[in-house]
Amino acid sequence: MITGTPKPIGEILEMVEPYDKIIVAGCHGCVTVCRVGGEKEVQVLASTIRLAREAGGRKIEIKEVSLERQCDPEYVELMRPYVEDYQAVLSIACGAGIQFLAEKFTVTPLLPGINTGFLGVTERQGEWAERCQGCGDCVLHLTGGICPVTRCAKSLFHGPCGGSVQGVCEVDKDIKCGWQLIIDRLKALDQMDNYGKLKPYKGWSSARDGGPRRILREDMI
Amino acid sequence: MKSESNLKRVLDAGHISVTAECGPPRGADPEIVRKKAAFVAGNVDACNVTDNQTAVVRMSSLAGCMLIKELGIDPLIQMVVRDRNRIALQSDLLGASALGVRNLLCLSGDHQKFGDDPQAKNVFDIDSMQLIHMAKTMRDEGVFPSGDKLDGALQFYIGCAVNPFADPYEIRVPRLKLKVEAGADFVQTQCIYNMEKFKTYIEDAKKEGLLDKVKILAGVTPLKSAGMAKFMRRMVAGMDIPDEVVKRIGDEPKEKQAAKGIEMCIEQIQELKEMEGIAGIHVMAIEWEEKLEEIIGGAGLLPRPVIE
Amino acid sequence: MLPCTGRIDEALLLKAFENGADGVMVVGCLEGDCHYVNGNIRARARVERVYGILETINIGPDRIRMYNLSAGEGSKFAAYANEFVEQILELGPSPINVARTSTDGITSQEEAA
Repeated sequence: MITGTPKPIGEILEMVEPYDKIIVAGCHGCVTVCRVGGEKEVQVLASTIRLAREAGGRKIEIKEVSLERQCDPEYVELMRPYVEDYQAVLSIACGAGIQFLAEKFTVTPLLPGINTGFLGVTERQGEWAERCQGCGDCVLHLTGGICPVTRCAKSLFHGPCGGSVQGVCEVDKDIKCGWQLIIDRLKALDQMDNYGKLKPYKGWSSARDGGPRRILREDMI
Repeated sequence: MKSESNLKRVLDAGHISVTAECGPPRGADPEIVRKKAAFVAGNVDACNVTDNQTAVVRMSSLAGCMLIKELGIDPLIQMVVRDRNRIALQSDLLGASALGVRNLLCLSGDHQKFGDDPQAKNVFDIDSMQLIHMAKTMRDEGVFPSGDKLDGALQFYIGCAVNPFADPYEIRVPRLKLKVEAGADFVQTQCIYNMEKFKTYIEDAKKEGLLDKVKILAGVTPLKSAGMAKFMRRMVAGMDIPDEVVKRIGDEPKEKQAAKGIEMCIEQIQELKEMEGIAGIHVMAIEWEEKLEEIIGGAGLLPRPVIE
Repeated sequence: MLPCTGRIDEALLLKAFENGADGVMVVGCLEGDCHYVNGNIRARARVERVYGILETINIGPDRIRMYNLSAGEGSKFAAYANEFVEQILELGPSPINVARTSTDGITSQEEAA
């Protein structure tokens, strides 16, 4: 899923400062699962803003909505009938969702209520960790199902570097050395042969480096 | 070949080589480099010039190489893949070779988190293993990775670094093998303090037939004090300093610890140079270049051979 | 009707303040005694989050507090309630109510739960 973290409330209050009538828009997709942009978070954020503004002597009217997904046009369109009745939309969906709203509702300012994080997994309740950078050229079959691009702080293809100590990355004691994980897994799978091969230079054109990416499925259009 | 690396010639002639390193300054003053280089000149066969080590911004390695070359030292350019993508790496390889740098050390580079610009974007377009391969291809085949021909091939003696003490141990020798297959002519090791573990590493490398394929230059760093030993052990990832080493220097009174550190370093070099598979000694006297002559001479490695 | 403090969420607690509460007292079962295993533990975490929110927006974190009691501790409940009311009286009306009074002269009649 796409993860994120809430922006500090002070930053949000500053963003909504010019407005007196806004929409706070959540999303039922990834951000609901990682508890940063779902229906519940919309309620809490809207209440918080209302309380802060009223305590400061200037009330704000807030419409609370949560779309099925902010990244799909059919759900985004559901906002169209009323969006122009409001001065701004504070979205707590991921960056893709926020931008999609901005693209569809061209005269309404869009404000980001969260900082979008990464493609990750729920390690346990309340803890998420990155697993994929969407580089567009997957090599997981060679690396024991553990991604060197994402899990190694230097994205090395022939790790680990000298900074790996007892399975921990030198960058942070809470980061496991991705290459130690790869090696442990390759051993368990009896695939250490893969380790000993020189890998070709990675093509980054399929990653973000090639410019904004697009997938076109002719068969579906 | 006339323009061949002095380090290569010394090693090819069967001598135990000596290399040292020179960290460029945090500023544009060339005199600082010249002053350090004066301690190095005559005591080594080649001198590494570090490339923004620990991700702290310093004068570029290439500039440092040129400054020490002017003083007659064979420069060894360190190149990290942290800060340059493959375009910049190829370009810098061409430039260094054109300016007469004949030794290259391919490194990953410390993560930028440790430097003075932790907010910098890291590159890691290719890794150090692939940099070795790229330099070798550009040298031996005279082509760029794109396949285009170079107007004048690179002339480098290609090296890499290994840390026999990092985790996990079991891939340390396979990793060296990979580096040799990628094209490394020589390797410089992380500072050695744990001689037992290092001997095991060399034996394992021998079993893989690597001792004939690559020149191993054993790294040493003289300890200035017991405090320095403890600090390095705690702060430097993959630094293995056994308790007995710390105890030996720590048993001396404070004012005699530096002399003890040098004595221990000399002993260690003498042991290393007799070891099978050790082709040279790499002395990393960190900010202690003035002691190089004493250490290298003390180990019986002076004067350095002159090979025509 | 709340079957358990585990049903309370942050939005509900904040709503109480929006509706004019000067303070909110959450009373759950004794820890370890939850009929739903850990409802009261979850409630405590949520109360703590709301405490943090109230602090950042200067409503005053001390306007919310969680207590744990068993059904048989009537007198203790009374003591806690008095103690909390005392605390809120000392703090005075919430900034929301102060603003409402000064802007339109209407004071919320809702009491702290």
